Amino acid sequence: MTLDVLYFAWLRERIGQPRERIETSAATVRDLIADLAARDDWHAAAFADLAAIRCAVDQQLADLDAPLAGAREVAFFPPMTGG
Amino acid sequence: MSARVQTAPFDLAAELAGFGAGAGAIVTFTGVVRDDTGRMAALEIEHYPGMTERALSDYGTRAADRFGLSDWRIVHRHGRLAVGEPIMMVATAARHRHAAFQAADYLMDWLKSRAPFWKRELGQDGAARWVDAKASDEDALSRWQASSEYPSSAATDDPA
Repeated sequence: MTLDVLYFAWLRERIGQPRERIETSAATVRDLIADLAARDDWHAAAFADLAAIRCAVDQQLADLDAPLAGAREVAFFPPMTGG
Repeated sequence: MSARVQTAPFDLAAELAGFGAGAGAIVTFTGVVRDDTGRMAALEIEHYPGMTERALSDYGTRAADRFGLSDWRIVHRHGRLAVGEPIMMVATAARHRHAAFQAADYLMDWLKSRAPFWKRELGQDGAARWVDAKASDEDALSRWQASSEYPSSAATDDPA
């Protein structure tokens, strides 16, 4: 499937781009991370510590085991610091 | 009942004009850029356009349901902000003060840890540093998940 993958804050900096469109067969967010981390050193470095990563699937917060069936947009970012 | 994300400053008085008409209690909170080190030049706030607006609206609606609010407003800025500038505000309106105070507190706890904003401190020396999330903010949020439903009957009877 085709997915838009978005990155924010230091994930965006480590990967070197704010978004990319990819083809993947990942079934869950965790599978997608494994797929992305295997692409190059920048992705691998960004996803080195999963405890520091949060995600959203189609703009809803999701956990790493969330399924990706039907998803169009997945975002990765560090813990949020609003307010 | 509205949530907005913007780079421009907001005017608290203008935001409150006509807000919560008929309510017995209106509470507002304003967050301001703070410099804990004495070496900060500015704060930069990044957000997730699209998701941010949706998340703020969701949290506002949830607060309105839980605390019986008659009105609520969230305004959150992004981009580069100088020390001393307002970052964001929440306003809550209810029949009684407990619900309005609690709802504002609840909204702030959600915004701190579950709204897609990321702060970066820009130092006077030109260095930039992403602000780490605090465990205390996560703890503050968990107390709402643990606590029973609000309002309690005692608070509902409160004449103020």
